[in-house]
Amino acid sequence: MSKKILIIVLTISLVMMMAGCSLIESGPVSSFDMESESETESEEDLIVVGFSQVGAESDWRKANTESMLSTFTKEKGYELIYEDAQQKQQNQITAIRTFIQREVDYIVLAPVTEDGWDTVLSEAKEAQIPVIIVDRMVNVEDPELFECWVGSDFELEGRKVCEWIRAYLEYKEIPAEEVNIVDIQGTLGASSQIGRTRGLKDAVRANGWNLLEEAAGEYTQAKGREVTSRLLRKYDNINVVYCENDNEAFGAIEAIEASGRRVGSNISRGQIMVVSFDGVSDQAIEYARKGKISCIGECNPLHGPRVEKIIRDLEEGRTPDKYEYVDENVFSGDISITSINLDETVYTVTILGK
Amino acid sequence: MSKLSNKFKDMTDTNLLLTITIVVFFLMYIGAIVFQGKGFLKPQTFFNILNANAALIILSCGMSTVMIAGGIDISVGGMTALVTMCCAVYLDPTRGGAVANMDPNSGSVAVSMLIAVLIGLAYGLVQGFLVAYLDIQPFIVSLAGMFFARGMTTIVNTNPFNVANEKFVALKETRIIVPGMGTVNKLGKYVDAYVEIGVVVALIVVIVMFCLLRWTKLGRSFYAVGGNKQSALMLGINVKHTKFMSHIICSLLAGIGGYVYFLHVGSGAVTHAQGAEMNAIASSIIGGTMLTGGVGNIIGTFFGVLSLSTIQNIVASAGLDQAWWTGITIAAMLCIFLVVQSVVMARKKSAVKK
Repeated sequence: MSKKILIIVLTISLVMMMAGCSLIESGPVSSFDMESESETESEEDLIVVGFSQVGAESDWRKANTESMLSTFTKEKGYELIYEDAQQKQQNQITAIRTFIQREVDYIVLAPVTEDGWDTVLSEAKEAQIPVIIVDRMVNVEDPELFECWVGSDFELEGRKVCEWIRAYLEYKEIPAEEVNIVDIQGTLGASSQIGRTRGLKDAVRANGWNLLEEAAGEYTQAKGREVTSRLLRKYDNINVVYCENDNEAFGAIEAIEASGRRVGSNISRGQIMVVSFDGVSDQAIEYARKGKISCIGECNPLHGPRVEKIIRDLEEGRTPDKYEYVDENVFSGDISITSINLDETVYTVTILGK
Repeated sequence: MSKLSNKFKDMTDTNLLLTITIVVFFLMYIGAIVFQGKGFLKPQTFFNILNANAALIILSCGMSTVMIAGGIDISVGGMTALVTMCCAVYLDPTRGGAVANMDPNSGSVAVSMLIAVLIGLAYGLVQGFLVAYLDIQPFIVSLAGMFFARGMTTIVNTNPFNVANEKFVALKETRIIVPGMGTVNKLGKYVDAYVEIGVVVALIVVIVMFCLLRWTKLGRSFYAVGGNKQSALMLGINVKHTKFMSHIICSLLAGIGGYVYFLHVGSGAVTHAQGAEMNAIASSIIGGTMLTGGVGNIIGTFFGVLSLSTIQNIVASAGLDQAWWTGITIAAMLCIFLVVQSVVMARKKSAVKK
């Protein structure tokens, strides 16, 4: 009798083991079979890149991940190990340690926050694995801890959008005292949030607008909706909603429309102007075309090719630029403002046709 | 056959489930070495699992204790976040936004430890009292506790930040070299294997809790109360006091675990340890603790945590790059363990009867 039980236990453990293995082997994204075939000859040539991504919280992030996955393919001679940290720095630190143990050739890190990277990056440096930072910045004491950084100038993005608002209001002759802004912030502590918030704050100070409140929207649509509807109940004079990404803007628009107000640039007629950042998804561009989002500061997510170029440079012994900023546009569906002027540089506004 | 079956029959439920857990863990780890070689062969990979999960081991020990006594405590994750934030604000008041321009080195590390333990004690007293003496469902009490902890964390400080206190950072960076376990990396340099202080704390907690549950009167009464409250009462055990103590121990360990988590990450944030309570419950169950109470073992819990994180490691190394794969494999693992548990129990019961 009890021998049977023992057999059952052992069989179940075995089945579980096999289930575990077959699960791993038959996973849709894994190319285990291919790998084992070509392992003998090409294992040595593949450049192994470990990529620690923040998560999949927004359309921008998904486009960013997609760009990396489609750039670092086997055909191009790369093996990409992708780790999704689900918004937690802890997971990213663990991922980097795993990369170090696996002795990858390069580590690409899209950090979730700026602080707290010194220890793990010095471990990578000790193992002499170059680290490339993308998107957000890291705040480390020794800048030699990472090889280089690729990303956007978030403060400039914020300033561009604010300058668009200023130029537009001037064009419509709306006095600055009547402008009441709420700021739906992104993930607190992220470079994009810090830069875009700073851009807005500077503009508020310079132009004499009223900044009613800053509230954290965590870059998600759900939170954007929740926060905006709370703010709409609290203040009845909001006329500009400054969303720090498109997904928050989608949520904000839902909240505004649900409250019976209308979104649009015509704030002197009681509409609420929504401005946002990223401009990655079709929906955001469509909204901008329709005028639901008045202005979008573009944030380019296509970092894959740039990172690949850096890795090629490093492979061939060249030193890439330490900081590389991506060129970015301003989108609007409104034709009144065609260009904005910041620090004597003229940026053309891309007008989206009807 | 008879010898083996007798042994099997003589085993207590607790030991039987423990054996299954340990066997499965070793099978899994050996499987990982065989199929995925690379990282898993290095001792440091294993130590990294320990480093990253020291806090979870401590939380799970507390969780197992309370589960053995027939309760549950889902507030431990929230408490961890609260502890990290309170300690972070205490150690670095300026960055924490509490006091302007204060020397970040003024706070003492010992006091911050005391804060952590006191938070744990306070939680244990309140929750234990509500559960044991007012006879409220432990799930409801700790659910309220969880919301309260997360809410309090936000009140203490909203923004996540890293602690710059030098004494604390020195303690955080302290590494205990494990002799003879180092490996030679690809540059031909010998790298020592290390563990963090948290791991030592976790191992001490495991040993202390194991002894407490196995050889003390209090420990045995946890099993008695969790197994059958009525019989325990008739045996002259103070059921209320026992339940109260189980919550005190769990919350105290959550305070200590929170501090170990804080030592590992070095920052305070509302989002810290999100879902840690669920991981602790899962680890306890994998380790052979039953939700119905009366059955469980701390050594099993220890291996439960290791199994849980090993499977996460395996999934990541296998190149299953989507984050939900981890969730699905954990779900499958939990499911299989629960089925094994109930099958074994049912079989054993009928075997004993015959």
